[in-house]
Amino acid sequence: MNVLQPIGRIFLAFLATVGRLTMFTGSALSHCVRPPFYPRIIGRQMVEIGYYSLPVVGLTAIFAGMVLALQSYTGFARFSAEGAIANVVVLSITRELGPVLAGLMVAGRVGAAMAAEIGTMRVTEQIDALETLSTNPMKYLVAPRLIAGLTMMPVLVFIADIIGVFGGYVVGVYKLGFNAANYLQRTYDFLEAEDVISGLVKASVFGFIVTLMGCYHGYHSKGGAQGVGTATTYAVVSASILILSSDYILTELFFAK
Amino acid sequence: MSDAQPKIRLRDLHKSFGDKVVLDGVDLDVGVGESVVVIGGSGSGKSVMIKCILALLPVGGGSIQVDGEEVVGIGSKDRERINRKFGMLFQGSALFDSLPVWENVAFGLLAEKRVLRSEARDVAVGKLAQVGLTPEVGDLYPAELSGGMQKRVALARAIAADPEIIFFDEPTTGLDPIMADVINDLIVKITREMGATALSITHDLASARKIAHRIAMLYEGKIIWAGPTADIDDSGNPYVDQFINGRAEGPIEMAIRA
Repeated sequence: MNVLQPIGRIFLAFLATVGRLTMFTGSALSHCVRPPFYPRIIGRQMVEIGYYSLPVVGLTAIFAGMVLALQSYTGFARFSAEGAIANVVVLSITRELGPVLAGLMVAGRVGAAMAAEIGTMRVTEQIDALETLSTNPMKYLVAPRLIAGLTMMPVLVFIADIIGVFGGYVVGVYKLGFNAANYLQRTYDFLEAEDVISGLVKASVFGFIVTLMGCYHGYHSKGGAQGVGTATTYAVVSASILILSSDYILTELFFAK
Repeated sequence: MSDAQPKIRLRDLHKSFGDKVVLDGVDLDVGVGESVVVIGGSGSGKSVMIKCILALLPVGGGSIQVDGEEVVGIGSKDRERINRKFGMLFQGSALFDSLPVWENVAFGLLAEKRVLRSEARDVAVGKLAQVGLTPEVGDLYPAELSGGMQKRVALARAIAADPEIIFFDEPTTGLDPIMADVINDLIVKITREMGATALSITHDLASARKIAHRIAMLYEGKIIWAGPTADIDDSGNPYVDQFINGRAEGPIEMAIRA
């Protein structure tokens, strides 16, 4: 009896959270498509996600591309298959590393900031104040962030793809001694639109996950500074786990034959 | 106030959080143009009562009427219409710290599209003048203001849309006695000028005596005494006596644990 009790309690708490999150998501999405819209706030969030994340995401991408070229060289040289490096780099970056790494970096940068900002607004009654001033907080705070995440992440990842491939090129040409034209030709020949597009769809989903987790945990934070801190942690951790798990599911959907 | 229709009428209002009963059948009438102050200890459910009326919290049971119209369980459209009658001064001011002061003040007007963005600034400056702040304050951010000034800005925001009913949640908490009195004076002046109905909650008796026409005391989720402000000192109610005299001994036992 006593052994089963905690299991049941945890299970019920889990179901309650899933239910709350589902309702939150449904309500947030419905507010994304119903007026009034707040173009100024959507614009500000787009700049926050798309522009100010560029340095972090760009740095991550260039080093990912570089290390990828280096590592695959170590492996492929054993089979005298060095020629496939350009191919490996471009496919890995566009399909996987671009969206996943950008998603994780944005979760740490933007998701955490959203949870902290909305969480502080919750504990200082600013969200209540919004409601008394004829403004729906879901519409004013959550919907613009979701829209910005959905639309700006693909743009960010597209740029990261280019930077990442460039990182691989730099290592391939200047360190491993490939012919530059040859490397680019191989990169280009093996790349298909499907690879890039699947990565951008993933990016959009990850952008949604990051902003949703940031908003959800911020919105439901309670109990002062400590509560906001917890919300921030949860936002980053849950977004990261959801990114990695949904990445697998999306890959199955795109490429399972 | 007996036969005239009250502005706000609470009947048998209930609210609990889990097993903890916070409001256990609150009955309260607030007449048109009247200023009622609800007093009570910390954790007695005063804030919860106001948040139920504003629909910031779902009601557990009972009835809330505004201008004779039942507002418990109404749809979001009606709720929006009702909430336009309300203005609220939050305990911690709850100013939006990402916006300059003037946008804070004009926020509700802009949200309801009652003023154009280009005109909102002038309207906000007018409201700031009403609470004794100069136009220059409008360009500052809330974090740059002192607690007393934040309170004034919050007051300007609460009255910006000319509400019929204004709620004051602990308007003087956290202010020095002089600033508290300044805020009290402002509340009296503004509600009188606007002809607004006011419902305040506080545990600051000096404030209650100053702004209230009528005082009600909330204890263990019920209104245990209500009467004109002048009668508070001889209420004949031991609970009220203990509270207004601030004695540790008496019928009220402070809950150590929430």
